[in-house]
Amino acid sequence: MPGAIRAEGLVKTFGDVRALDGVDLDVPEGTVLGLLGPNGAGKTTAVRCLTTLLRPDAGNAVVAGIDVLEDPDAVRHSIGLSGQFAAVDEYLTGRENLVMVGRLYQMGRRDAKARAAELLEQFHLTDAADRITKNYSGGMRRRLDLAAALVVRPPVMFMDEPTTGLDPRNRLQLWDVIKDLVSGGTTLLLTTQYLEEADHLAHDIAVVDHGRVIARGTSDELKARTGGERVEVIVRARELMPQAAAVLTRFGVGELATEDHTRRLTVPVSGGPKLLAEVIRELDSRGIELDDVGLRRPTLDDVFLSLTGHMAEATAAEEGSA
Amino acid sequence: MSVVTEAGTGGGEGRRPVTGRGGGVRQSWRDSLIVARRNLIRMTRIPEIVLFGLIQPVMFVVLFTYVFGGSLKVGGSTSAADYRNFLMAGIFAQTVTFATAGAGAGIAEDMHKGLIDRFRALPMARGAVLTGRTLADLVQTALTVIVLAAVALLLGWRVGTDGDTDAFRVAAGFGLLMLCGYAFTWIGALIGLSVRSPEAATNGGLIWLFPVTFISNAFVDPSNMTPWLRHIAEWNPFSAIVQACRVLWANPGQSVSDAWPMRHPVWASLVYSVAIIVIFRTLSVRKYRSATV
Ligand SMILES: Nc1ncnc2c1ncn2[C@@H]1O[C@H](COP(=O)(O)OP(=O)(O)OP(=O)(O)O)[C@@H](O)[C@H]1O
Ligand SMILES: [Mg+2]
Repeated sequence: MPGAIRAEGLVKTFGDVRALDGVDLDVPEGTVLGLLGPNGAGKTTAVRCLTTLLRPDAGNAVVAGIDVLEDPDAVRHSIGLSGQFAAVDEYLTGRENLVMVGRLYQMGRRDAKARAAELLEQFHLTDAADRITKNYSGGMRRRLDLAAALVVRPPVMFMDEPTTGLDPRNRLQLWDVIKDLVSGGTTLLLTTQYLEEADHLAHDIAVVDHGRVIARGTSDELKARTGGERVEVIVRARELMPQAAAVLTRFGVGELATEDHTRRLTVPVSGGPKLLAEVIRELDSRGIELDDVGLRRPTLDDVFLSLTGHMAEATAAEEGSA
Repeated sequence: MSVVTEAGTGGGEGRRPVTGRGGGVRQSWRDSLIVARRNLIRMTRIPEIVLFGLIQPVMFVVLFTYVFGGSLKVGGSTSAADYRNFLMAGIFAQTVTFATAGAGAGIAEDMHKGLIDRFRALPMARGAVLTGRTLADLVQTALTVIVLAAVALLLGWRVGTDGDTDAFRVAAGFGLLMLCGYAFTWIGALIGLSVRSPEAATNGGLIWLFPVTFISNAFVDPSNMTPWLRHIAEWNPFSAIVQACRVLWANPGQSVSDAWPMRHPVWASLVYSVAIIVIFRTLSVRKYRSATV
């Protein structure tokens, strides 16, 4: 299956740290896998193993139909990488950087130049193209790095936190670039801290923690796992919170959560908009003034926090009993 | 932003690799030149580095000539002119070997900035990042040697002061110097790859050069050293290149010794240089790749 990424049982240790502890990944051709996980989870290590930069201690990986351990040189022809930290030469101009990368992808000089110009345009770097990148802003350097990863339009791309440090406009534009690439058949493995981004771009999500994949599925599947809908209200004044809490507890099907400084109360419910209407009527009849009220579905943030939170507790318990 | 433009496929032609795999002498040479070009561009953007590289040997010549010139003697002569003509081969050789430190620092810097990950994930020839750097250093060394030669001539250095020479032999001396300097940059490359920071590479690249250049025939006559030190000095590759230059340029103070490198300094320089390149290039390229797959 060309164009796909498949990893089985990847293990990588650095001294005592098990950065990867048996990671399995499967990204079908033409899809995007979002790799989520807290700091130190092993996302970057996984990307480095798949892009031939690190040799895993155990396990195997196939990228673009080629065994990464057996033929890393061939893999390099088929991948583009944008690492977590922008990898551009700071004393070369943006254009020189891109031309060099193109040449090292074995492009001819003219092709490399044409492609560089195109990418500079696409990433809004034309004005800065002939300045050395040392004086670029962080976001500009990031964009140049992404452009470098796209030089040959490789069938398989890896992006490690591609939008970290980009302003909202550039982030949205990058999302467009990514969507365009994927609609053109590119397979992408993307790590991110922005759950919204995974929600938006990824077909599948894998949540990693402590070097293991602890959950995978589509964004909807993961949200469904985390729990159903909730009613969330923000009362006008803090004194109203106890009263509102009493009402919400009555309607809720789970534990009430309150947040004093934002005057926010949240409770899991089942019953949808009809129930919401009842809650509002009840609150209103008791004269509890509201700033905001709504029915919320879990966000990927909730998924992330609940999954990685449980994981942390579980390992703490394991260690405690051992 | 109208994302990926149609013209984007323009790169499509070039996408097909010129050669299949990361091997092949032609690709290796091509990729090395691309990296060398990158390093040369960097040098023009940070001219201070080149400038300091020029000032240092010039300072050595001036200091040695005027501070030691009066008190050190060469052979039976006490003339300052003889010492100067004796000294220059040593200074030239020292200058080309000191390029080692620059190569080491440059490679260490590349390794410790993310850029190396970019190179490693590209389908480029294996040793090209290192070979490119050493080639760029060779250019810088050549520049330094030219400036140094001009200064030396101004200070009164002349060839053919102790025998006969000709343009070919003078040029051969400079050629050997460049080869020797190139060989030493591979030692620098290995140091740069082995240390944890660019600063360490600068220091580590310099420290060992002091004993190597001073336990030699460069500044004093080894026959005045204690026997074991004299043996080291006479078999020191650095002494061979100094001796070779003195012989080819017909400058005074050529060591008289039975040691093979002193009797056949040109051959010794060639053998030493090629051996250093083969050994240290192999080790460096292996080291560069060891963190890769
Ligand atoms: N070269 C290395 N040497 C030693 N330890 C390392 C190395 N690289 C990674 N680690 C360790 O491996 C673990 C996983 O790191 P990794 O960079 O993969 O995390 P990550 O998920 O990318 O985190 P972040 O979100 O902060 O980027 C961490 O504990 C890290 O300290
Ligand atoms: Mg990371």
